[in-house]
Parts: sequence; C-alpha cells; structure tokens
Amino acid sequence: MPLLGAAAWSDGGTLTEQLAHRGVSRRDFLEFCGSLAVVLGLGRDAAAQVAQGLESPQRPPVIWIQLQECTGCVESVLRSAEPTIGDLVLDMVSLEYSHTIMAASGHAAEKALADSMAKHKGKYILLVTGSVPLAEDGIYLTIGGRTAKVILEEAAAGAAAVIAVGACAHFGSVQAARPNPTGAVGVGDIIKDKPVVNIAGCPPIADVVTATVAHFLTFGRLPSVDADGRPLFAYGARIHDQCPRRANFDAGQYVEVFDDEAARKGWCLYKVGCKGPATFSPCPIFQWNSGTSWPIGAGHPCIGCTERNFWDTMTPFYGRLPDVGGFGIEQRVDLIGAALAIGATAGVAAHAVATGVHQHRERQRQRQLPIAGQGPGEPPASPPSNPTGGA
Amino acid sequence: MATKLVVDPITRIEGHLRIEVQTDRGRIDSAWASATQFRGIETIMKGRDPRDAWAFVQRICGVCTVVHAVASCRAVEDALGITIPANANLIRNLVHGMQFVQDHVIHFYHLHALDWVDVVSALKADPAGTARIAASLSPWPNNSATYFKSVQDRLAKFVKSGQLGIFTNGYWGHPAYKLPPDVNLLAVAHYLEALDWQRDVIRLHTIFGGKNPHPNFLVGGMASAINLDDTATINAERLVDIQAMIRRAQAFVEQVYYPDLIAIAGFYKDWASIGGGVPNFLACGEFPEGDIKDIDKLFFPRGIILDRDLSKVHPYDQKLVKEYITSSWYEYPGGDDQGLHPFEGETNPKYTGPKPPYEYLQDEKKYTWMKAPRYEGRAMQVGPLARMLVAYGSGHKEAQSLVGEVLKKLDVGPAALFSTLGRTAARGIETVMIARRMNSWFDQLVTRIKSGDTRTFDDSKWEPSKWPASSEGYGFLDAPRGALGHWVQIADGKVSRYQCVVPSTWNCSPRDANGQMGPYEASLVDNHPLADPERPLEILRTIHSFDPCLACGVHVLDGTGKTVAEVKVQ
Repeated sequence: MPLLGAAAWSDGGTLTEQLAHRGVSRRDFLEFCGSLAVVLGLGRDAAAQVAQGLESPQRPPVIWIQLQECTGCVESVLRSAEPTIGDLVLDMVSLEYSHTIMAASGHAAEKALADSMAKHKGKYILLVTGSVPLAEDGIYLTIGGRTAKVILEEAAAGAAAVIAVGACAHFGSVQAARPNPTGAVGVGDIIKDKPVVNIAGCPPIADVVTATVAHFLTFGRLPSVDADGRPLFAYGARIHDQCPRRANFDAGQYVEVFDDEAARKGWCLYKVGCKGPATFSPCPIFQWNSGTSWPIGAGHPCIGCTERNFWDTMTPFYGRLPDVGGFGIEQRVDLIGAALAIGATAGVAAHAVATGVHQHRERQRQRQLPIAGQGPGEPPASPPSNPTGGA
Repeated sequence: MATKLVVDPITRIEGHLRIEVQTDRGRIDSAWASATQFRGIETIMKGRDPRDAWAFVQRICGVCTVVHAVASCRAVEDALGITIPANANLIRNLVHGMQFVQDHVIHFYHLHALDWVDVVSALKADPAGTARIAASLSPWPNNSATYFKSVQDRLAKFVKSGQLGIFTNGYWGHPAYKLPPDVNLLAVAHYLEALDWQRDVIRLHTIFGGKNPHPNFLVGGMASAINLDDTATINAERLVDIQAMIRRAQAFVEQVYYPDLIAIAGFYKDWASIGGGVPNFLACGEFPEGDIKDIDKLFFPRGIILDRDLSKVHPYDQKLVKEYITSSWYEYPGGDDQGLHPFEGETNPKYTGPKPPYEYLQDEKKYTWMKAPRYEGRAMQVGPLARMLVAYGSGHKEAQSLVGEVLKKLDVGPAALFSTLGRTAARGIETVMIARRMNSWFDQLVTRIKSGDTRTFDDSKWEPSKWPASSEGYGFLDAPRGALGHWVQIADGKVSRYQCVVPSTWNCSPRDANGQMGPYEASLVDNHPLADPERPLEILRTIHSFDPCLACGVHVLDGTGKTVAEVKVQ
C-alpha cells in the first residue's frame, strides 16, 4: 500500500497535502480508497468515509519486540489505567507488532513487522522487553529462526526512539544474575548508536511506560534521564525519601520480624531488609495498579528492582543494608551506583544529610554493624540491636 | 505430497514457541513443537538464601505471576518444617484464585478469541441483533443496541484509519470462522470490557502483595499484616475493596465469560472431535482448605486419568515422573535415551540445531529446549481439562454438575471433552468454580479476624540458625496451565539444588525415547484439519486451547551433575 506509506504521521500536513506533494492525484487516491473499502467489507460506497479516515492524522506507529523475558512487562502495561490499554491501542498509537496480543502468527506476523519497519522507517517508536542472550552465538533465543541480537539490531536501526521496558531490557535481570548462564545483556549493551531509555523495574509500573511514550509524542523527544538512562520524571527520587514510613525510620520505629506489633502498626521495614534507601523508583509516588498500593504499603520490604543488577547487589532480600555512610546526597547516584554495578557492598545513602537529621544518622551509623559479605548466598546477619535505643 | 510448514512465532501466548508440521490435502500428518528460548534460572538459584527463592523463580513467568512464587514458598516451608497460619493460607488462596480467574478470562478474550472471532465481520453486525443475543444469554447490563453501536463505531473508525495495528494480517475472512456478524460484535465488545475488568479485579494482588505483576510473597506466610485499627495494614477498608473485587470477578465470569464461551462453542461443535491427542491426564490438586499435607482437603482433587477412562482416578506419585531428552538440546552422561527422575536429573545444555538463521528443525533429531516429562512412561496432558476430568472422576459434585450442564447446553456427549473445544470449555468451567469459591475463602478470613486471629506469619523457623544443616522439600501447585512442582534442597543455609517441573513442559514436550509425541504435537495430528497452509488458523486454535506458557516450560539448567538424595514427599 504505497499510498499509506506516504502518510508518515510526523511529517506534518494532511495526507492529501502530502500526496499532492508527491504527485498523487485526488482521483487516484479516491480510487484506492474504494478498493480498500471493498477489502474491508464495507462496500465501494464507503470510499468517501475511508478517504476521510485516511486524511485524518495517523496514529504514531509503535513496534514492540519481546526477547528473553517472562512477559510480566507486557502484563504490567495491560494494567495501565491512564490511558487504558484499549485506548492506547485503538485510539492513540498504532501497535504494529506485539507477540502477546497480535492476531497474526508465523509468516504473517513477521511480514507485518517487516512491512511496518520499512513503511515507517525512521518514524516508529521501538519498545523492547527482554534481554539478549549472547552466549553460544545467540542460540538461547531465536524467533522465526533468527537470533534475538539480529532481531533487535534490525528493529532498532529504523527506530525514531528506543525504549527498553523492564529489568531484562535494562540490564538482563534474573537471567543475567550470577552466573548468567546464557550471557544475557540489556538493550543498551547492544544498541550504541542511539539513545536507549531504560524504564527500570521488574516489572515497571505501567504508567511509566505509557507516560514515556506520551512524552516522546507530545514533546518530540525522549525524557531526560539519569546516569543509568532512567527517566527523571519517574526515577528521580529515592524511595526512602518519599516513603510514608520514613517518619518511623527517623523515629527508630522498626519492624523486627514480620507480623510483629510494629508490622501491625505499619512501621519501617529497614531492619527486615528494605532496599528503599538505595533504590530510585516512582513506587511510593505513582503506586501500583491504579494507585491501589505498593510493595512497602503491603508490608513487604522493597527488593530494589529498579536498580541495575539488583538480583546480585540487593540480595539477600531480607538482609539489612549496611550504613556505609559518608556520602552527600548529590554524590549518591554515582558513588553508590558504581558500587552496585560492580557487585560490591551496597550502601545506604546519607539520608540524614538530605533531611536534616544528621545527628540521628551519626548515632545510628556508630551503633550499627555493617553486614559482612553481602554477596548472594550469604545468610543475612542477625538483627542488630535497636540502633536508636527505642527512641 | 506432504508440505513442510513452519509457524514461528506462535503469537498470543507467553514466550517463544515454534510449531512445524507436515500437511497434505487439508490434514496435518506430523507435528513438532519447539521452544526456542532458554534462560537457566535454576542454576542461578544455587547458593542463594532459600527465603529469596520465591522472588527469583517468580520471574520464570510474569503471566503466571503467582504460581512459581507460591510453589517455591511451599517447597521451602516443606523443607524447613514450617506450617503457615490459616490466615496466610486463605490469603494465598485468594491471591491464586484471582490469578486463575483473571488469567483465564484474559486467555479467552485476548489470546484465544481471535481464533474464533472475526473482528472485521463485526463491522457488518446489526447492533440491535447483538443486543437481542446478549439479553438472551445473560443479565449482564451492558446489552443495549446503543452500547453495541458505540463499540462498532469505534471499531469502524479504527479499521477505516487504514492502520490495523495488532489486527494487521489476521486471518479475517478465513472460511473456518463461523460466527454470525452479530455474535462477532458481541465478542469484540467483551474483548474491550475484559481489558478494563482485568485491570480492576487484579488489584486484590496489590492489596496483599503490593503490586501486580509479581506481587510479593513470604516464606512462612504473607507480609501483609492484619490490623483493623491501622491505616497501613489490612483493615476494614481494604477488606471491603477485596470483597467488592471478588463480586465483580464472579459477576463477569458468570454473566459474560461463561455465557460467551457456551454461545461461541455452539458454532464450533466440529471442534469437539478435533485435537484430542494424548489420552492421559494429570492433576496435582490445588487450593488447600486445611493443612497443605492433607491432600483430601484440596478444593481441586489430585489424581490421574488414563486412556480417557473417567471411571477410575489413579493416585499420583511424583516418584513415577521421569524426564527424557531424546529430542531436546541437552545431554545425559548415561545416554540420551534414558529417563531420569527430577532428583537425579541432569541438565547439560548442548545445542545441536542448525546455526541461525535456519529454516526447519523437523529434520533434526533434537529440536527444542523443552524436556519430555513422562509419567510411568506415558505422555500426560495437564491443565484445566485434566483438573476437571480428575474432579469429575473423583465425584466432585460441583464439577460434575457444571460439566454436565455444558455438555447438555452444547448437546454433545462426554467424548466431546477430549478435544480442542473440550480444553477451552474446561477452562471456563473451572473459572466459574473458583470465582464462586473465593467468596468462601474471604468469608473464612473475615470470620477468623472477627474471632481475634490476625496472624499471617510463622516466625519460628525464620532465622537460619534454626534450620537443620541440610534439608529438602517439595512444593506442588496446580497452576492455571496445569500441574507444577518445585523441589528444593538446602545445605548450610543456602539453596544447593532447585528443580521445577512445569505445566508447559508436560504439554509442550517433544518426542521421547519411544518416539511418543507430547500433547501439543499429538493434538495437532489427531483428526486435525488445515485448510490453507498460508493461513494456519486451525493450528492456532488447538495450540491456544492449551494456553501455552513457554517461559515456564523452559527454565531448567543445572550443570552440577551432582547426585541428589531422594526427598520426602507427602
């Protein structure tokens, strides 16, 4: 359908204007619409309606490829509330390819992908979920007989924007945890010639994905990101600094063991392993599933799933973060981020510097013993004594 | 002459599945099911804190986002001798129950329906006709002609835009589509309604687990504390929300999903004699309503049906499971034709397939990352049909009544159950049963809270210092897609071995040492049509009737080769 191919959504101008510019007459266009109307079962009389539809602005094309993953990120986007997934797919964008919900399979599906990439070259938004297994020349994932790496490189080449959705596309997630048997890496490890935005999380909150797409469509560029490629509008704040239980932390009111009296009062989960002090995520602000709750809100410590390599750096999940202290808040991202990236001891940021309770932090730091050997597989240290003396 | 055909990717499933067939004169003569993704999560488990295991294995699948986490908690609790409080068990039943209900509805409308529903045909519907059909099927209130007209207008606007999006290259107009336009419009309307519905009812997971997908669990119980007098806990406000979700879930299942299923099935009764395949069925049972070890207190009973004989339900003994790799990209030091019990299992990946990009796998001796589990040497089907057959054969009154009702409404005999249509119908039947049962679990939870019992966690074995030097445990769970087992061994406070045998491993298994096909393959060659190899709609119908979940099926990797002692299984 070469006529449709000319109707690039972001070129500006109506289809008719664009066609005229390309030397296609109004008569030829209406003839085409008549044929299309017949194909669609509407009868030739509907040609004028089809023409009207085609002349209205095109929905921006989105291609979603799914690589080595669990499909949880797709499920998460299905829960999107504003916009709903129905509104998104029917009214806002044109989802050209999506394994999970597209009608066609096999050759018909692959043809839809190839056609769309050719038709919308340089124009489409590419969403990627899943990691790319590089070991053994990529034989740990093939689709249509081709490796994940080849599929990703081809799809990214013609993309206007590349959005890596979820922890697998971000850094490889669980399959990249030690010893990473399949050599799984994230999208940003493969695609180096254009920016890749990382929508971190295992899975991410749906609204962050849809908002990032909306940002690109509305402002014509991808959102600003932090050092790890995560949009600042969502990942710019630390969980610990936004947590409704922060007051309990500052007051030394901790859950010592699950379902104790403190747990039943909704006190701070730091001592049962909460990674909120080392995690940048919109969970406490956006919340999950139409604002219903979030992990800490449901009584479970944060496992740090928006941070790179969290399966190795944030485990054991019920082990307490050591207070390495000494960092100013401005330094935290780089210093702690670097420490996390090399799998070294994770650190709690100097929360007190940011919140003006410096003395409290110093007291706590002196009284708490860091957990030795926080690597995976180490049993967590036994609970420390109350660092604030029951303050 | 037989034609080779490849369908890869199979879409509208979880994961990466490739189907190859040989077809001749409108029939399928042979079939190969190939899983083309491998992740290796079991190896990653080694050396981890067993209390963390649920979170790792939960990421085997984000569609079955509850099942691996709960099976893992059960396995670790079995190993460490932990009995979770009754409240925690009820909460897990509610969370798993809602997983079932939500997942089955999504499967029907968003993954399976487009195999039976011609979306484009809905444009020709008369909304008033659709309204009459809807009112005749169910009291569901969204049934006016105005409503269906608005859906049709939205669809028409979409189609006329020329951007068909996810409907591009669908098999519209295929002669195998039989629904009248008015029924197609009904299904399209409910496709959209179900999208909104699922987002709402799944919030039950968010209340108890903090998010969905991948809600949080806890070895020893649940982390969501109960306190009626606090804002940050399970309190009356939260309980009312949960109860309302359960009611809305049940209403949609009974007034939309179930009636739609029966109505649509009525136009496809020929599919009640297609795709039966493997005649043996396995259910490990689910929804403990007492102690987890008391298998008589499972809402869905445990058992085995052999050779389609519903008059006898055989006991299930996990010791009789063996896995074969004759056709799988692994090697056994003792030879690739032997079968090994999971506890003796070796998983040494060895890819012998063609170098990508490749055209065919069917000429290869080994053609998949999926192993082939067999029960006493037999291939077994698992999933909703297996559960309903075992329940029926075990004398489960509600299952017998609902199965009988469906057969009567469709005017078919019990043999119709052993088919592509039977698998799809059984899924709807069990969804009705679970949606109803959730009310009972909720009432029990409230009654316990009222009596003053708010415990959700057993802390007696939380600290590793209270664990034995070594231990091992088995966690079973009958998941939406079928029987699931997790086996864990713990030494010196760490996971020393982790094994899962998963529903889609049973159903998507390849040929074993005796050349016996797995359930997907056997169904595709059982009286199976394929009118147009260019548009393999019939293959999708049968494969989707299993609700494939490939990431679940292929997760195995254990390179240790270590001999493992027999574990104790209840």
